[in-house]
Amino acid sequence: MKRSILMAAALLLGASAAQAAPVDDLLAEYQSQGAGPFSAKAGKTFWTKGFPNPDGGAARSCATCHTGDPRKGGQHADTGKLIDPLAPSVNPQRLTDPAFMAKWLKRNGTWVTGAELSPQIKGDVLTYLRNL
Amino acid sequence: MKTIATALTAGAIALASTLSAQADRHGSSAPITLDPTYIQECGACHTAYIPGLLPQRSWKKIMGDLGNHFGDDASLDGATQTQLTDYLIQNAAESGIWRRSSRMIDSIPADQTPARISETRYIRRKHHEIDARWITANPQIKTMANCMACHPGAQQGNFSEDNVVIPGRWGRWEDD
Repeated sequence: MKRSILMAAALLLGASAAQAAPVDDLLAEYQSQGAGPFSAKAGKTFWTKGFPNPDGGAARSCATCHTGDPRKGGQHADTGKLIDPLAPSVNPQRLTDPAFMAKWLKRNGTWVTGAELSPQIKGDVLTYLRNL
Repeated sequence: MKTIATALTAGAIALASTLSAQADRHGSSAPITLDPTYIQECGACHTAYIPGLLPQRSWKKIMGDLGNHFGDDASLDGATQTQLTDYLIQNAAESGIWRRSSRMIDSIPADQTPARISETRYIRRKHHEIDARWITANPQIKTMANCMACHPGAQQGNFSEDNVVIPGRWGRWEDD
C-alpha cells in the first residue's frame, strides 16, 4: 500500500516536472537576456492592459481574444474562431511546446502592443499563466 | 477466369457509380483530410479553409502577401511558406478534389483573383437567404469568414445544409 502511494506520488511529480520544463526553458532564455525575476502579478496586470488600436477600434490587450480569465476559452477578434483556454490548469496541452509559445508570444504580443514584448513581460505572462 | 474478372470489374464500376450518385443526392462526399501543418499554421487564427474553395491563382496571391494578410502580419518562415503554398496549389479548386470546386471556378470571372472566399459569386449565391446582419450581429459568428461557426464540418469539406447549425438562439437551419 505504502509502496503504491509512493509510486503514484513519483508518477505525479514526474508528470508535473515534465510539464514545467518547457516554460522553464523559456524563462532561462529570457534570464540570459537580462530579464527576471518573473512575477505572476505583473503578468496578470499586463494581461488586461490596453494598447492603442491602429485600426481605431477598441484598445487591444491579451484579454481582447483570450478574455480576462485565461482559464476560459476566447475568440479571435477578427475571424470569430474559438480559442481554447490558455491556462494549463484547465488545458494541459498549453505551455508544452517552447517553439509554439515563442511564436505566439512574439506574434500576438506585437498585435497587442505594436512591438515585440520584452523578455521580462514574456516571462511575467508565462509565470502568470502557469500559476493560474 | 477472364469472365469473372470482367464481371467483378463491372460490379465494382456499378457500385462506384451508385455510391457517387448517392453522394451527389445527399450533397456530401468523402471527408477531406487537411495537411496538419496547414491546420496548425493557418487554422490557428481562422477556419482552415479547404484548398478547393479557391483557384490556384488566388492561393498564390494570398501566400505571396502574408506580411499583410487582411491587415495582419501572418508571415511564416520560408520553408513553411513554400511547403504550404505548394500544398494549397496542388489541392486548389482546379484539382477537383472537392466535388463543389468546379462550381466555385465557374463563378469566378477569368480576369479576377479573389482573396476572400466569401466574396465569390458561388458563396454569395449559396448564402443568399442569410441576412448579413444575422452574421455580424451574432457574437458567436461575427463574420462570413467564420465558416466553422455554422458549418461544423467545414474543415472536412462538408458544407451540407443538413449539417448547418447557426449558433445562438437560431439553432438548426431549416429551409422553407
